[in-house]
Amino acid sequence: MSMKIGAPREVHPQECRVAITPDTAEQLQKLGFSVAIEAGAGAKAHFSDDAYREAGVEVVEDVKALWAQSDIVLKVNGPETHPHEAIDEIKLLREGGTLISFIWPAQNPELMQQLAARKATVMAMDSVPRISRAQKSDALSSMANVAGYRAVVEAANQFGRFFTGQVTAAGKVPPAKVLVIGAGVAGLAAIGAAGSMGAIVRAFDTRPEVKEQVESMGAEFLMLELEEEGSGAGGYAKVMSEEFIKAEMELFARQAMDVDIIITTALIPGKPAPKLITEAMVESMRDGSVIVDLAAQQGGNCALCEPGEVVVRDGVTIIGLTDLPSRLPTQSSQLYGTNLRHLLTDLTPNKDGQIVVSMEDEVIRGVTVIKEGEITWPPPPPKLQAAPPPKRELTTAAAPRAVGEKEEKPKGLATAISMGIGILALLGLGSVTPPAFLAHFTVFVLACFVGYMVIWNVTPALHTPLMSVTNAISGIIIIGALLQISSPSGLVVVLAAISILIATVNVFGGFYVTQRMLHMFRK
Amino acid sequence: MTEGVLTTAYIAASILFILALGGLSNQETARRGNLYGIIGMTIALVATIGGDQVTSYGTLGVCMLVGAIAGVFVASRVQMTQMPELVAILHSFVGLAAVLVGFASYLDPEAHFEGPDAQVLKTIHEIEIYLGVLIGAVTFTGSVIAFGKLSARITSKPLALPARHWLNLALGLICVWLGALFVGAEGHNGLIPLIVMTLVAFVFGVHMVMAIGGADMPVVISMLNSYSGWAAAATGFMLSNDLLIITGALVGSSGAILSYIMCRAMNRKFLAVIAGGFGTAGGTAAADGEQGEVVAVSAAETAELLQDAKSVIIVPGYGMAVAQAQHVINDITKKLRDKGVRVRFAIHPVAGRMPGHMNVLLAEAKVPYDIVMEMDEINEDFPETDAVLVIGANDIVNPSAQTDPGSPIAGMPVLEVWKAKTVVVMKRSMATGYAGVQNPLFFGENTRMLFGDAKASVDAILASV
Repeated sequence: MSMKIGAPREVHPQECRVAITPDTAEQLQKLGFSVAIEAGAGAKAHFSDDAYREAGVEVVEDVKALWAQSDIVLKVNGPETHPHEAIDEIKLLREGGTLISFIWPAQNPELMQQLAARKATVMAMDSVPRISRAQKSDALSSMANVAGYRAVVEAANQFGRFFTGQVTAAGKVPPAKVLVIGAGVAGLAAIGAAGSMGAIVRAFDTRPEVKEQVESMGAEFLMLELEEEGSGAGGYAKVMSEEFIKAEMELFARQAMDVDIIITTALIPGKPAPKLITEAMVESMRDGSVIVDLAAQQGGNCALCEPGEVVVRDGVTIIGLTDLPSRLPTQSSQLYGTNLRHLLTDLTPNKDGQIVVSMEDEVIRGVTVIKEGEITWPPPPPKLQAAPPPKRELTTAAAPRAVGEKEEKPKGLATAISMGIGILALLGLGSVTPPAFLAHFTVFVLACFVGYMVIWNVTPALHTPLMSVTNAISGIIIIGALLQISSPSGLVVVLAAISILIATVNVFGGFYVTQRMLHMFRK
Repeated sequence: MTEGVLTTAYIAASILFILALGGLSNQETARRGNLYGIIGMTIALVATIGGDQVTSYGTLGVCMLVGAIAGVFVASRVQMTQMPELVAILHSFVGLAAVLVGFASYLDPEAHFEGPDAQVLKTIHEIEIYLGVLIGAVTFTGSVIAFGKLSARITSKPLALPARHWLNLALGLICVWLGALFVGAEGHNGLIPLIVMTLVAFVFGVHMVMAIGGADMPVVISMLNSYSGWAAAATGFMLSNDLLIITGALVGSSGAILSYIMCRAMNRKFLAVIAGGFGTAGGTAAADGEQGEVVAVSAAETAELLQDAKSVIIVPGYGMAVAQAQHVINDITKKLRDKGVRVRFAIHPVAGRMPGHMNVLLAEAKVPYDIVMEMDEINEDFPETDAVLVIGANDIVNPSAQTDPGSPIAGMPVLEVWKAKTVVVMKRSMATGYAGVQNPLFFGENTRMLFGDAKASVDAILASV
């Protein structure tokens, strides 16, 4: 019997996303699962129940029945107790069932204990390892991408000016200056969005290897005059030294006076967000400036940030919204649903609607935080770094160059030797052969040179016609046979006749097919 | 017709042949070039037939008529994907003709040498015959085998006999020894060594091409092209005919340059290719195993990706020729261009089985040639490209040629498709390419694999575009 996947409506206040879209439901069914949702689960993300029904999804009115019948429950937020509707999702989860959603195990030890007590298998979408193979399931990245985009939209909404610079009849409009701190997925998305709206974008990150990515998005990468690398295990940033932080803060203080919008995305895994924008910096910003703090959920990068709120301090609007992905519900549901679908594809190697939780698989091992009631979090650290440090590229680039150099020297020597031999051979030939032969030989050598000069000019696109036309003209060998066909010797005549026959095939066939081909080449 | 007129006609023909090859320097002048070639050939034939040496017009007329009909018939029927086969078989004809003319020349009772240099002239004449027959024979069987391999009548896997280099050397030495016997022989006693040598050369030609794998065919074809030219030139020497010498030299150097270009495009030494036995055409699993996970994609998603892109580059390989997918590709290209997508083609010099093979196929499908680019023209544009579609190509888009000095294809110039935003690779399976090298491109983060038969896949894409 294939397993049943269910997605209830999210009970978290203001949550608009849904874990299954009609699109991903179809693909889940291809893996052999049957799929059900709670009625109205997709309504806020603009997926109607009818759309689900069309995709072959069962729409269940009663939330309790849905939880009870689902072998696997897909959710966006972790299970929680709804204050008014008397729904306790932890209790609804079937004993021994499987739950896949955001869990944040480090922040929610109590939830982990409760889920373990239900003998459940729980997979945390926030714990997908940062390795390239797992990118397609990486919900943090896909949500961060949405958040980064939305951060710019929110900022633009609060900002009283254009992003792009213009010269109009009513006067000159200067472009907005945007500083993005932290060039992770969210940061890069914000850079892209702000840049495409026409703002001047600058970005800072403690990891120097992201410089290239930042510049590829069209932003300026701000550098510190310090030697320290900020790459921690798994491609995330790590805590920096005091000296580094001091230099960093000076940079931010200088930038705060200059820029109009600051978007901060600095997070360190398992730690509260670093305070990067101090009260003094906020004060120093121009009136009407905007700060979007994407780290608000983890306490915020800005000292004055209030998580979940939009506040105005000293004329600066500080946006601490924590539900940015949920504000683009259709898009983020689709992306999150696809992340889930990819994870389930990995979990269903036989495509028979039965999941196999293989702890040998690095990705599945990382995601699984509770296995059949046993807490398996945290997983052993991942071994691979998401982005290789730049040094390795240098060595690989240098290696082929060295190979090339080695080859060149013997080549020059070989040319000299072969030329020497050639000259000697020619002299030897000239000393013993009669002039009649040498006359032909001269013609031959000159023709070779003419051929060399002419053929190098042939465009590579016409190499096939070149071969067929040389086929045709090498049919000129027919002349040899023509000269022999009137011989008194019968054998010679036969040989010559056959030669004429096949050489004629060459001449006519070669020219004809060349003509055919050349007619095809047209603009 | 006097000797002077004949010589003048030959000079005219030579110049017209050079103009014919020169005309191929670009597409606009190419057709006029071919016309020059036809005129040159006509002048040469008329002058020769009108000359004093030719009297038996009946036999001649019949042979030429039959040959002409056969030639035009084959040339008008051949599929563009079969061009390599046609070229190979035409090479073999030149080789065979050179052998026959060589024998005829040796047996010609009218050949005699006078004057103080008679003995030297006779020796030179015999060496010329011997060389002409030798080159002709190798060209003949080599081309026949190449034809067989290209038309899949013979397996395209390289035949690796034990001690094959020693076998080649032995065959070579036998030819030299037979040559010494032949040149020293009185009267027509040299006929036996000449026949034996011809047989040995036949074997040599067979063995040489048998040892070369399918994807090295561009080199082999151009090499045989070159040989057919040298065979014609050697025939010219033995008949003291400058027109043959000039034409043979032109064709010979043309083939030699093509071979060089092909070898450079694979970063391989000419001798290494000819020595053969490199890799297997079928593809084996790489020794270092999987390098990561591939992301598969459906035809519909690919179509969407192509439509959303601003610029698309299509990289065709031999797989496109096998699947005969060029017409559908052109339809896709047209639709995308109508939607304002900038579509271009990137052609690697050794894509396909003969030089310029892909260009001819795309031209046949009526893809405008100004969007078909050479590797050097387009390689720098990949970073600004949104989507790359790789059809039936593998080694020519393998990044390890640049990054891994230990790779068998290290240093081979490749199309840098991985620098594009997204690469869709159409492939039958995860088998490695001709060189047997695993391709890290398939595991790239921006790579999507579209598995299945190339023709079926492009049909599905066309349906969704």
